Amino acid sequence: MAVVFKKTDMLTDAPLHYCPGCTHGIIHRLVAEVLEELGVGDKTIGVAPVGCAVFAYNYFNCDMHEASHGRAPAVATGIKRTHPDACVFTYQGDGDLASIGTAEIVHACTRGEKFTTIFVNNAIYGMTGGQMAPTTLPGQVTTTSPYGRDTDHCGYPVKVSEMLSTLDGAYYIARVSVDSVKNVIQAKKCIKKAFEYQLAGKGFTLVEVISSCPTNWGMTPVEALNWVREKMLPYYPLGTYKDKGANE
Amino acid sequence: MEKHLMKGAEAIAEAAILAGCRQFFGYPITPQNQIPEYMSKRMPQIGGCFLQAESEVSAINMVYGAAGSGARVMTSSSSPGISLKQEGISYIACAELPCVIVNIVRGGPGLGGIQPAQSDYFQCTKGGGHGDYRLIVLAPDSVQEAVDFTYKAFDLADKYRNPVLILGDGMIGQMMEPVVLPEAKTEFVDKPWATTGRKGKDRRIINSLYIDPAVLEQINLELMKKYELIAKNETACEEYMADDADIIIAAYGTTARIAKKSIKELRAKGIKAGLIRPITLWPFPSEAFSKAADHAKCMLTVEMSCGQMVEDVRLAVNGKVPVDFFGRVGGMIPSWKEIMAAAENTLKGGKN
Repeated sequence: MAVVFKKTDMLTDAPLHYCPGCTHGIIHRLVAEVLEELGVGDKTIGVAPVGCAVFAYNYFNCDMHEASHGRAPAVATGIKRTHPDACVFTYQGDGDLASIGTAEIVHACTRGEKFTTIFVNNAIYGMTGGQMAPTTLPGQVTTTSPYGRDTDHCGYPVKVSEMLSTLDGAYYIARVSVDSVKNVIQAKKCIKKAFEYQLAGKGFTLVEVISSCPTNWGMTPVEALNWVREKMLPYYPLGTYKDKGANE
Repeated sequence: MEKHLMKGAEAIAEAAILAGCRQFFGYPITPQNQIPEYMSKRMPQIGGCFLQAESEVSAINMVYGAAGSGARVMTSSSSPGISLKQEGISYIACAELPCVIVNIVRGGPGLGGIQPAQSDYFQCTKGGGHGDYRLIVLAPDSVQEAVDFTYKAFDLADKYRNPVLILGDGMIGQMMEPVVLPEAKTEFVDKPWATTGRKGKDRRIINSLYIDPAVLEQINLELMKKYELIAKNETACEEYMADDADIIIAAYGTTARIAKKSIKELRAKGIKAGLIRPITLWPFPSEAFSKAADHAKCMLTVEMSCGQMVEDVRLAVNGKVPVDFFGRVGGMIPSWKEIMAAAENTLKGGKN
């Protein structure tokens, strides 16, 4: 019988716990497919965050660490410095990476740590029930910004890709989205490029993936994807922010 | 036997390297900077990794990553920095990862001072971070012991898959003494649980999250069993003129060293004084104190703190004899004369 589709071996058979319509599942699959295509499953060590992806260690079919909140880049540093030939990645959300773990990601980046970070930005704290995130848009209603994010009171969203791309240690920084087939294909290309650079021993690589959170945004999955296009992508423009490899 | 004149902090660093430590993650803080400085010089010479982290929080999480992937790894800091490491230490304890943490204690609380203190006893022996866990805590009283305990700490950590803490103070870290260094270790235990990449085998997960309370209870109970085993096998103390003593002085580290001089002087005056010096602060040598309480008239705990270990001594003695306390704090070091006077006062039934 001809096989027309097969789930990547780099995902386990554990059922994902993510909410219906959440795009974490797509992002997991893209990362897993890239790891399989690159043939690095036996030498990959991943680091899961605290947040919605806290159980990622159950899903990626490779050696995994579960880190404390925001510390995944420090944990990945310890792993990569112990096993320089391993393929190491962190998978982090916006609260984890852009709030409590800001110091860790900035310094891993500026040191040029040779691992790959998949940064999932859905502009909200999902796991804890929809609180304001560092990436919550101005005016966006969350459970801790019930009148909408007031930038006069609590400041502006952190634009992680723009910020990190200013650091000399950043080798490859790209922002992608998974709201459409076209963007999913582009996202996979960028994720693959980031891992290829890592495997070639280049510097720090990060792919920011704009994601949706229908549950905590209070929308249907379709409405949520429309909100990504109408609200998030104008604030967080897609594109490659740093690609040292393109100039080499 | 070749002797080297070494500063405590540097001796600890060299002992770690001889024990096979090849990963060190640290952050500057006085009075322990000679450890990371020494490591930054030596690690590149031997193919190891010294990395200055952006914070103590990051340093301990680098330790978590390296320990989980099989490294012999160490970090060092001093009191305020150890406070910052507590989150990571709790995770490391739950994930049962071997590592060595050095605390060269300074006066607190808060930013405190930079002179020697023993006021981190509670933090180091009673948890410090969240949850039910224990560190193996070794307290050297000389540079030679700092070397020997650091060397041993890596084996203990591997044997029990548990973090081991070397509790020194500014005196131990900064003092220079002649030391005999051990042989470089060449044989290490296998760590089949470590993440090294699957390499064709089943994948490994380093984790401290157990969302099902029934499972988490079992994890806790298994940890407790391990701690009981450690207490059974590894509890250590030194007894000095304690057999016939009317008064037992309880002290560890630098303070114990000073107390020995006080005891000699007390004996010269005809007062039967002795010392019990806990070497493992956890597991605490309760039995030694309990037995001594069967013949001694009283005890005096001396610490560079406002009275922390004294609680464990009182628990061990369980009311059999009075346990008095004398302490100097904030970086002040008790003199042998002060300890002697305190002991005489205790013997008279006075309270220090």
